[in-house]
Amino acid sequence: MIEYALNFGFVCVSLALLMNLWRLTMGPTTADRILAVDTMAINAIALLVMYGIAKGTAMYFEGALLFAMFGFVSTVAYCKFILRGDIIE
Amino acid sequence: MSLTLIVLLPFIGAVLPAIMIRAGRNACATATGSITLLALILLMAKAPAVISGEVFQVSYSWLPELGLNVTFFLDGLGLLFATLILGIGLLIIIYARFYLSKDDPMGRFYAFLLLFQGAMVGIVLSDNILLLLVFWELTSLSSFLLIGYWKHLPEGRQGARMALAVTGAGGLAMIAGMLILGDIVGSYDLTVILQNADLIQASPMYVPALVLILLGCFTKSAQFPFHFWLPHAMAAPTPVSAYLHSATMVKAGIFLMARMWPVLSGTPEWFYIVATAGLVTMVLGAWIAIFKHDLKGLLAYSTVSHLGLITMLLGFGTPIAAVAGVFHIINHATFKAALFMTAGIIDHETGTRDIRRLGGLLNLMPIAGTIGIISAASMAGIIPLNGFLSKEMMLEEAWHTMWLDQGWVVPLLATVGAIFSVAYSFRFIFHVWMGKPRDENLPHHPHDPPFGMWGPPALLTVLVVLIGLFPAVIAGPLVAATSSAVIGGELPEYHLALWHGLTPALGMSVIAIVVGALLLMRHGALISATANLSRPDAKAMFDCAIAKLVALSRVISDNLHNGSLQRYLSVMIVASVAIGVSGFYAEPDHTAGTRELLDVSPAAAIGWVLLVVTSIAAVVMHHNRLLSLLLVGVIGLIVSLGFIYLSAPDLALTQISVEVVTVILMLLALNILPKETPKESLPGRKLRDGVVSIAAGLGIGGAIWAIMTRDLPNSISAYHLANSKIEGGGTNVVNVILVDFRGFDTFGEIIVLGIAALSIFALIETVTQGEAAKRLANWVVSNRRSADRHPMMMVVATRVMLPLSLMVGVYIFLRGHNEPGGGFIAGLVVSVALVMQYMASGFGWTQNRMKVNYHGMIGLGVIAAAITGASAWVAGLPFLTSGFVHVHLPIVGEFELASAMGFDLGVFLTVVGAVMLALAKLSQVERMAEHIDVNLDPMDHDPSVRIATPEKEA
Repeated sequence: MIEYALNFGFVCVSLALLMNLWRLTMGPTTADRILAVDTMAINAIALLVMYGIAKGTAMYFEGALLFAMFGFVSTVAYCKFILRGDIIE
Repeated sequence: MSLTLIVLLPFIGAVLPAIMIRAGRNACATATGSITLLALILLMAKAPAVISGEVFQVSYSWLPELGLNVTFFLDGLGLLFATLILGIGLLIIIYARFYLSKDDPMGRFYAFLLLFQGAMVGIVLSDNILLLLVFWELTSLSSFLLIGYWKHLPEGRQGARMALAVTGAGGLAMIAGMLILGDIVGSYDLTVILQNADLIQASPMYVPALVLILLGCFTKSAQFPFHFWLPHAMAAPTPVSAYLHSATMVKAGIFLMARMWPVLSGTPEWFYIVATAGLVTMVLGAWIAIFKHDLKGLLAYSTVSHLGLITMLLGFGTPIAAVAGVFHIINHATFKAALFMTAGIIDHETGTRDIRRLGGLLNLMPIAGTIGIISAASMAGIIPLNGFLSKEMMLEEAWHTMWLDQGWVVPLLATVGAIFSVAYSFRFIFHVWMGKPRDENLPHHPHDPPFGMWGPPALLTVLVVLIGLFPAVIAGPLVAATSSAVIGGELPEYHLALWHGLTPALGMSVIAIVVGALLLMRHGALISATANLSRPDAKAMFDCAIAKLVALSRVISDNLHNGSLQRYLSVMIVASVAIGVSGFYAEPDHTAGTRELLDVSPAAAIGWVLLVVTSIAAVVMHHNRLLSLLLVGVIGLIVSLGFIYLSAPDLALTQISVEVVTVILMLLALNILPKETPKESLPGRKLRDGVVSIAAGLGIGGAIWAIMTRDLPNSISAYHLANSKIEGGGTNVVNVILVDFRGFDTFGEIIVLGIAALSIFALIETVTQGEAAKRLANWVVSNRRSADRHPMMMVVATRVMLPLSLMVGVYIFLRGHNEPGGGFIAGLVVSVALVMQYMASGFGWTQNRMKVNYHGMIGLGVIAAAITGASAWVAGLPFLTSGFVHVHLPIVGEFELASAMGFDLGVFLTVVGAVMLALAKLSQVERMAEHIDVNLDPMDHDPSVRIATPEKEA
């Protein structure tokens, strides 16, 4: 059962990544693109966790953890850049 | 042991004068003198044994793989030179105390002098020729510092540069010669080389080795045609001239010829190169000296001439000539050092060194005069002084020497040299001390100097007389010990005595004195007769040659380094591709790898699509810099996923952390850079770059394909996997490699990281004060800005995340040794958590709360790593050997405590310090451009005030 769920998840997340890619390349605004990158990080987290479940190991969860933290930080940095220019005022 | 101490004492002591100068000039000179005296006493304690034939040896291994060991030995030759270096050095130190004026930085002078002294002693006591070369170069460097000591004088700087260029170039040649020599013999130990004369002289590489070594000797000892640097080096203070350019450094070349005499001499090549160069130098130097009006110039060319004399004697290749050469080394050192010091006294007391303005000084300064006259008479070779003895021996040897089967060449030229020598020596006596004062308006009124200045030359002059009168008693044992060391065998029959009967040499001596005196009487006519002769100006030629070389290197570097990054990259990449392709075709076997290919999962295929599309998008959109930064970020994300997919979680964690730090850094820089890159390349260039990059990509892809489809034999991975737990105490092989197997690399890397961060700090510190600061002040904020500087939502979110991220950092750090993680990643995590606070609440507010000194943090990290590494020494193990114990704690359970943890802590601290220092400093540039004061409040709106206000209204 878990295999079906995982496969379903993989397909969904992969499709989501492709859509993110579309938004990233097409834009039209920079904010769209930043959002696309942020969502890509979220999808990457999903991929990692599912991959870990599929392989039966917790080894990759730290990667997911770091993506969660740092995806946020870089999105904040990009947004601050667009809003204020100077990210450390 | 004390042998090593003799060499090391001057080096260790070199810090003393620099410190002691704070306690005054006397304290400084006393400290310096004590160091030299101590070394001299240690040496003298060994002297009796060495003179009776014993050889002391001491050896430590340094880099035995290269044949480079710290080995010293003391035989007669080493004893003679070490005595000269330390003995005359002591006298010079006393003399310099009184010679240097109040304005001269004395501490620096003595520090340089001791460095030089140590290097010289090192040369003469080294048993390993590679070690000898190290000291040889050190003398060139320290003499550069000494010659250029008066750095406000252009002559001093130019003279120092010329000396360094000439002796340095010779030193390079000599390195090659010594390597050949070591290669022939199969050992770099002098004692071994000296026993293999036949092997060396039979080798086809004998002549190249000989020529290269002689180049080093001739440049150092100012032999023709490299003699020109020595007179220019006379811009140095007189103590330096007396020490370096009469007694010690210029004799280093002579020393080496004497040292190598047993193995290199005795062949026709040796005779014709060495004896001829010496003969020419002797005659030419003496001739030029006659016309020099500068006292030190005269003495400089006289030194050139006497060095030529010694070289010629060594060049004759007969044992008896070698004895004469050794004897003249002693005699020349005594009278010439005294003469230089006398010249310094004259300069000091009268304010001029121009012989044309001097005269009749004997009446004004009788003590200095007596010293000067006796030493100069010895230089002329007047009976009964020591200069006479060795000159007689030289003439005697010259009389027997055939040059191209001609018996008259050498005796004639030797006599001519002696005539000139008498002429300039008499000029020094008669034009300076005798007669009437020629210039009444001397800058100072001359009188005898204090004892400290005339004492040292007086002592040397006493030696001049004593050796002259009782040669066999005073100098005999030393000459015998030294000569037997030079010859390396039985001593020939010789007598050190004043009277040898009516020999040809005596006749030549008499002729020299009579004709020399006549020549001086007609000195005025001689000068006007030769005034119009064109003579080559060595300095102009040297400067011209150097200018041409500089122009050439400028042309080369300007054409290679034209500042175009595209060009550098294309050259590098084309070269890599060429090397790869040639390697591919050099290997005959091109069968495909045998490893089975893995299935491609759909998720992996999607990742591949993402990577390809974003890479192409980055190429297409690269003119928009923010966009390309975003795209590169996505590529980084896919690469991180790829690392995980290919079972490299450590790399993935590192990659994820590095990505975000890079983004922050780039955004900081991008704010004050143009947001668009200009179009730089024409279509042709684009095509070329495209072809090159596709070729490189295919090449790398092919190489990786080739590697991944086969099992590599002899891979080191197996060793690491097998030993990581046993040797390093950790199951995470990557981390064990970083902190243990290749810990030394990591240690170097964190030092480099720290240096890089400090350089960023220093660069920005200077940049923000110069022209760039003005440009930043004129910077106009171009894009529209949101009014929300520090939004509350962001502040609250980052505050909540701070403890969580710090916890993640601690967790990743602690598990690092056994699971993916470690100090480097933890350092990045913690830095990002901190940077987040800077972004949310601004620099001002955060900096007030971050009481951490990032400079200190970097230093602390490096020290922590070093201490961990060094603590292995306590257990008698090599640097960075790790130890570990298993500890059982309640609740936490059993875990391992490895010493590598301390090392990892060092890595962690350095990373945090370096990242924070660099980012904080870069953000300073931003603030200069933005012209807004930093925020001292955590966020734009203070919620507490907002709630309070309506209440007041109510």
